[in-house]
Amino acid sequence: MQDSLKSSSYQQLEQKSKYTNMFLRWFLYFILILFASYFIFPLYVMVVTSLKTMEEIRQGTLLSWPSGLNLDSWAIAWGGRGYGAGDTFLRPYFWNSIKMVVPAVFFSTFIGAMTGYVLTKWRFKGDQWVFLFLLFGCFIPFQAILLPMARTLGVLGISNSVVGLVLVHTVYGIPFTTLFFRNYYVSVPTELVKAARIDGAGFFKIFFKILLPISAPIIVVTVIWQFTQIWNDFLFGSTFSFGEAAPIQVALNNMVLSSTSVKEYNVDMASAIIAGIPTLIVYVLAGKYFIRGLTSGAVKG
Amino acid sequence: MKTLKIEELSKNFGSTEVLRKINLEIDEGNFLVLLGPSGCGKSTLLNIIAGLETINEGNVFIDDYNVSKVEPKDRNIAMVFQSYALYPSMNVRENMIFGLKQAKTSKEKIEEQLEKVSKFLQVDQLLERKPSQLSGGQRQRVAIGRALVREPRIFLFDEPLSNLDAKLRVEMRREIKKLHQQLKTTVVYVTHDQTEAMSLGTRIAIMNHGVIQQNDTPENIYNKPSNTFVADFIGSPSMNLIKGTLKETSGELSFTASGSNVEIPIKDYEFKDKSNLNNKEVYFGIRPEHIYFKKSNESDFEINLRADLSEYIGHEQIMTFDYANQEILAKFPSTIKIELAKETKLFFDLTQTSLFDAQTEERI
Repeated sequence: MQDSLKSSSYQQLEQKSKYTNMFLRWFLYFILILFASYFIFPLYVMVVTSLKTMEEIRQGTLLSWPSGLNLDSWAIAWGGRGYGAGDTFLRPYFWNSIKMVVPAVFFSTFIGAMTGYVLTKWRFKGDQWVFLFLLFGCFIPFQAILLPMARTLGVLGISNSVVGLVLVHTVYGIPFTTLFFRNYYVSVPTELVKAARIDGAGFFKIFFKILLPISAPIIVVTVIWQFTQIWNDFLFGSTFSFGEAAPIQVALNNMVLSSTSVKEYNVDMASAIIAGIPTLIVYVLAGKYFIRGLTSGAVKG
Repeated sequence: MKTLKIEELSKNFGSTEVLRKINLEIDEGNFLVLLGPSGCGKSTLLNIIAGLETINEGNVFIDDYNVSKVEPKDRNIAMVFQSYALYPSMNVRENMIFGLKQAKTSKEKIEEQLEKVSKFLQVDQLLERKPSQLSGGQRQRVAIGRALVREPRIFLFDEPLSNLDAKLRVEMRREIKKLHQQLKTTVVYVTHDQTEAMSLGTRIAIMNHGVIQQNDTPENIYNKPSNTFVADFIGSPSMNLIKGTLKETSGELSFTASGSNVEIPIKDYEFKDKSNLNNKEVYFGIRPEHIYFKKSNESDFEINLRADLSEYIGHEQIMTFDYANQEILAKFPSTIKIELAKETKLFFDLTQTSLFDAQTEERI
């Protein structure tokens, strides 16, 4: 008697919790879809607009579907209209950016790895101070270093050049890359370095043979971070370069803001997407390592 | 010629003194264990021998050659670490020959050494594996192998077993013992585990606060601890130290615990110095395993004590007795039944006692 009463009340409870769970699940999906559309919406508008003709843009709404796959505005954004003066298009600046971003990412990552290695495995007197000052570097706003940097580039004779931008981005990136690598190497047992020293390996050999081969996750994190920062940078690019030597973000700005005639939204949108594609590619290719690398410092692996 | 000699060695990190005037000598083929609680400086001492840590004062000699300023790789030593420290990106083979390659050893010699050692340690099937694909015991073996291939003069072990589970630890302990028996190499071994120290060492140096408390054979460390720290540190449960005074009546010495009037005769005790013993404040030390339930020697001293507590641990039981308000622990086979809160007749084995000066805590 008592048993059956008990089991029926359990059944009721079970039913109830089932409904609650179902409701919560649907609510969760609703929220997720809402946020996802909020973030995807601008991208949708950009892609759709870039495929329309100016006629369509004027007549249709923001959300309307394009009449066909019209890639003219992409061609104009990338290669220009073909007439001489005043025609700004992205191709040369895209290569400027590549020439800037590849060495800058490489050098800042490499130097950061070295510094992180020294700060954790070859401790010296006052190393915490060095690290502290490097950390300060992360908090110095871009604007604060514009003037001293301009002067430095002038003295070195590399202002308004891709080389100058590489230097600026490398120097500005070192605090961040050092922080990444230092935090990663802290979790690598120092006994590894001791064992290698007894085995007769020196400073560089230990770095290249023992530590670097196990640094893949943090290298990926650093490369993504630096690539995004440098590729998307506008302030340094617009301050320290103009004309021919400008990186893509500066060129994009010039294209979009300095059109003399009618605003060509389709070309603008195509340009913006082109300028954003490389970072997207890097994220898609290395994204899963990014998450793994960010968390791997926390757990001793 | 001493294989290893340490002379007046001192080390400090900033203002903290880690090692104070350490003197130590090891003969060829000996197995020296550095034993002590954490923070006693034993690992620092090992790192100094390896050359991984600098010296503030004193010298280290290997085969009578002063190596104090010699790089680790040129000291002819090899080290096995607690975390094994196998290079994660290299497979077992590369791990084991890394040191030989750095030393520019010829290819034939490397192959020969690798084959010999990997067969000997039974890791020859694992050569192509990465350290992450090995079990704890296998990693341990590879780490030892990496040390062996270099044929060093001295092996340094830094708590090599503390990362293993209890069962494997006992197994690996026996393997290290076997290894030492077969190869007869000189070993310096750091541990905080007294069982490991006792079972492996031919000599044990007990350290505390950067000072060597006693450097002796395992038997002497156990039977004749040189001060109360050693007496307390070795043995489980540790030695009973009963506070009291020595009395001399008509040429016969006896010990009386404070608060008690039972006189324990100590006529056969070997004193270091026989003078000024009357009325001396001392600790009377007796190990729990030397308190018997049945009389076994003629000289055993009979005493009645109240049992307060019983801890059953399978093959034996640890009983707590009250001796004039001082706790005394005794170890008996678990077959013996002892009633709690009752006076029980016990026998102290007087051939196995130690006496310590209450002031200096040194053995007298």
